[in-house]
Amino acid sequence: MENIISIFINSVFVGNILLAYFLGMCSFLSVSKNMETSVGLGLAVTFVLAVTTPINWMVYQYLLAPGALKWAGFPDIDLSFLKLVTFIAVVAAIVQAVEMIIDRFSPFLYSSLGVFLPLIAVNCAILGAALFMVERDYNLMESFAYGTGSGLGWMLAIVAMAAIRKKLGYADVPKGLEGFGITMISTGLMAMAFMLFSGITM
Amino acid sequence: MKTAENKALMVLFEPVWKNNPVMVQILGICSSLAVTVQLKTAIVMALALTLVVAFSNLAISALRNMIPRNIRIIAELCIVATLVIIADEILKAFMYDISKQLSVFVGLIITNCIVMGRAESFALANPPFLSFLDGIGNGIGYGSILVTVAFIRELLGSGKLLGFDVIPGAFYSAGYENMGFMLLAPAAFIIIGLLVWLHRTLFNK
Repeated sequence: MENIISIFINSVFVGNILLAYFLGMCSFLSVSKNMETSVGLGLAVTFVLAVTTPINWMVYQYLLAPGALKWAGFPDIDLSFLKLVTFIAVVAAIVQAVEMIIDRFSPFLYSSLGVFLPLIAVNCAILGAALFMVERDYNLMESFAYGTGSGLGWMLAIVAMAAIRKKLGYADVPKGLEGFGITMISTGLMAMAFMLFSGITM
Repeated sequence: MKTAENKALMVLFEPVWKNNPVMVQILGICSSLAVTVQLKTAIVMALALTLVVAFSNLAISALRNMIPRNIRIIAELCIVATLVIIADEILKAFMYDISKQLSVFVGLIITNCIVMGRAESFALANPPFLSFLDGIGNGIGYGSILVTVAFIRELLGSGKLLGFDVIPGAFYSAGYENMGFMLLAPAAFIIIGLLVWLHRTLFNK
């Protein structure tokens, strides 16, 4: 239990998927102009990460890992090189399914999250979390905690960035630095602030 | 004939500097910065990405009249994923150490926006040879940023280039110290920000 809490806290703050591993930058840069859309996309990413990471764990453990097909009578088969294609396909399929389920049961949530869901399938943070989960040998509960934590960390970063960019609207930024340049530098400063959490030991 | 050659050269060199994918089109920063702590990994990453973009552009452009429009994204993803797996397996076979250091970032080339972006905006509308050149050009443009950032970070952060010490020992005895900050994640963001500033000032935008 303690282990799971520490993975969760670690993935939100110290090992923030955006600020420490640079994943999900594209949508971060293009969406963080607006507060409301940032919150919406943040929620959608958290949700998709919390669902897809454990499912990808199961797919990997029972179908792809070396020796995983023992239950089907093929103990020598190693399909782990297929993990990239499989993870992308699983993520795309789940995003599609989630979109339909939300549309059916909660039209309100659909109207606020719906437009972001297709964008998420190609968000590097989702695929990145699945690949890190394999590389770090997490078990099922750990990968769930890791997925949820990474999603929350990503949301925290994008919402904070949207707030900073709103304030920056009133600032006098040098001409060549406007837009992309100043966003990168403020992201850097924010990443520095997040690094302070690494002093915390658990 | 003359203009055709000119066009090919333009397609090849424009994305290298003037229309750089990272600086101007703001694509593909995602998976790139984490590999820039050392020059060596950055160069390998740049090579892998250039090959993947070039060949995915070539394949997608050759198939562009056969792929139905509404399933093109899936078809493109399959082509890109196959190429990335090949690149990953080659790295594992011939450069195991570097492939360990790059860890998941080679796999993340699949979701790198440059690959999909070039496929969507260039390869689907142009013949294979031009698309191949466009892929090489964009790969070099992306790689040059990656190598520049890695050069600055490795030189200032650990006083080395490609693993060799370049700062003379006398400097250290005179009180020079490596800047540990350069090895941390925030430094990459700030260097990119400053490079964008330089690029925009030079092109007066």
